[in-house]
Amino acid sequence: MARKVSTRRKLVMSAIAWTLGILIFFPILWTVLTSFKSEGDAIASPPVFLFFHWTTENYAEVQSRSDYVLHFWNSVVMSLGSTLLGLVIAIPAAWAMAFSPTRRTKDVLMWMLSTKMMPPVGALIPIYLIFRDVGLLDTRIGLVVVLTLINLPIIVWMLYTYFKEIPGEILEAARMDGASLAKEIVYVLTPMAIPGIASTLLLNIILAWNEAFWTLNLTTSKAAPLTTFIASYSSPEGLFYAKLSAASTMAIAPILILGWFSQKQLVRGLTFGAVK
Amino acid sequence: MATTHTRSAARLMMAPSVILLFAWMIVPLGMTIYFSFLRYNLLMPGMEEFTGFLNYSFFLSDPAFFDALTNTLLLVGGVLAITIIGGIAFALLLDQPIFGQGIVRILVIAPFFVMPTVSALVWKNMFMNPVNGLLAWIARSLGFQPVDFLASVPLLSVIIIVAWQWLPFATLIMLTALQSLDEEQKEAAEMDGAGFVSRFIYIVLPHMARAITVVILIETIFLLSVFAEILVTTNGGPGTQSTNLTYLVYAQALLQFDIGGASAGGIVAVILANIVAIFLVRLIGKNLEA
Repeated sequence: MARKVSTRRKLVMSAIAWTLGILIFFPILWTVLTSFKSEGDAIASPPVFLFFHWTTENYAEVQSRSDYVLHFWNSVVMSLGSTLLGLVIAIPAAWAMAFSPTRRTKDVLMWMLSTKMMPPVGALIPIYLIFRDVGLLDTRIGLVVVLTLINLPIIVWMLYTYFKEIPGEILEAARMDGASLAKEIVYVLTPMAIPGIASTLLLNIILAWNEAFWTLNLTTSKAAPLTTFIASYSSPEGLFYAKLSAASTMAIAPILILGWFSQKQLVRGLTFGAVK
Repeated sequence: MATTHTRSAARLMMAPSVILLFAWMIVPLGMTIYFSFLRYNLLMPGMEEFTGFLNYSFFLSDPAFFDALTNTLLLVGGVLAITIIGGIAFALLLDQPIFGQGIVRILVIAPFFVMPTVSALVWKNMFMNPVNGLLAWIARSLGFQPVDFLASVPLLSVIIIVAWQWLPFATLIMLTALQSLDEEQKEAAEMDGAGFVSRFIYIVLPHMARAITVVILIETIFLLSVFAEILVTTNGGPGTQSTNLTYLVYAQALLQFDIGGASAGGIVAVILANIVAIFLVRLIGKNLEA
């Protein structure tokens, strides 16, 4: 039963919530607006909010100056590549743990989780030296490997919590009806597992896209994804706010959109199923 | 019921993940421990020699270590305080019947999806810059002297930036927990004449206890390793004013090439993180049984 709420109270609450929401969102909004300004308008005092000369020249400029598309593509390859590779490795493991658990399954899961808790500086130095010696520094493949490994525990965990919810009886029922193992997998299990796999995919693309420890330390130019590329704006030359904004807007837009679709999975994936 | 056959199949299916993660955990960690006992500088190749605990005593007695430890704790504590309190407040607000609830929710969680280097640079240049930043303009319009955030209060500035990124996470988790609260329980309390405050303290807060613990633990794990935000805003400075442990180890290894000393620092960081991790693993493990 829904509680009755006075319209006045609802209006007041809405006003507060909207004000705070816009305040929190403002830096993003401001970045997007600034990306369409000329460099002069970008630092105008008093600041101009909407009534300025809108231009898309910053976007063209960012591309022509620094091959933005390359870095964007690096981010795509890296986040998608590491997620898909992680799924291939993790699906069988999560499957086995969810459907034929043993006494030690829980310990294995907890141990996997604990690997995620090792601070990256504990591994940075050897990985950096190994990568230097075998020529993997500043390569996409090296980065994909590292990102796969750091996100593997989260992938296994998320898949496990989803697979666990698939009722085991349904398998038995299918088997009783004479379904072969192949049929069982194609017609019964896959359709039930796909939503969980899709959510895991989504969350991990987001995590890999925004990863900013290993990307910053292991890439410099050729294989630099957007995190590293944007970091190069920390030492500015001349007027650059509008160009920084344009580069940033393109870097966050795809993930922002994906992220809005994955709010629920986010909670589940990042709390390892402790909060649903 | 698992047969021997399916059991060995299960083992085979788990093997790649387990082996890879085991290697990922043990090889770098073992090498870091090994390096931490060596005098090993990339600028002096071929001069490596065993030095026992010398790197540790140098690292731990370095005043920069004490600064970095303090900054790490302040950073973690500051961000936790802001995001927990802010997160609960936002969650309570978003749980009310309001117009366009879905849209407000989207606005509030958006910062979580912004990559760290972008949010740090946007805040640094467009908000905290003492000349062209929006905050400076607001200060001047109100007749105050603009603050040079990153020079005069570097650690606080980093805390603000990181808290902005993590507030959405806390809000989202708190909101999820809040929405699972039994509506009838709240109504019953209301009918019994419990006001907002006592309902919050006796019903809402206990219900959210687990969500709060989870937020604290998970944020702590990530916040102990804040790196990009410091690298692109202050470079740990001025001096060591905004250097945390992660940044100190990075600087020692990749800027000063002191592999031995940095490795000792890395191990210290691992030990600190493990103390937190033990609590987290226990909590989640308990939950797994329920």
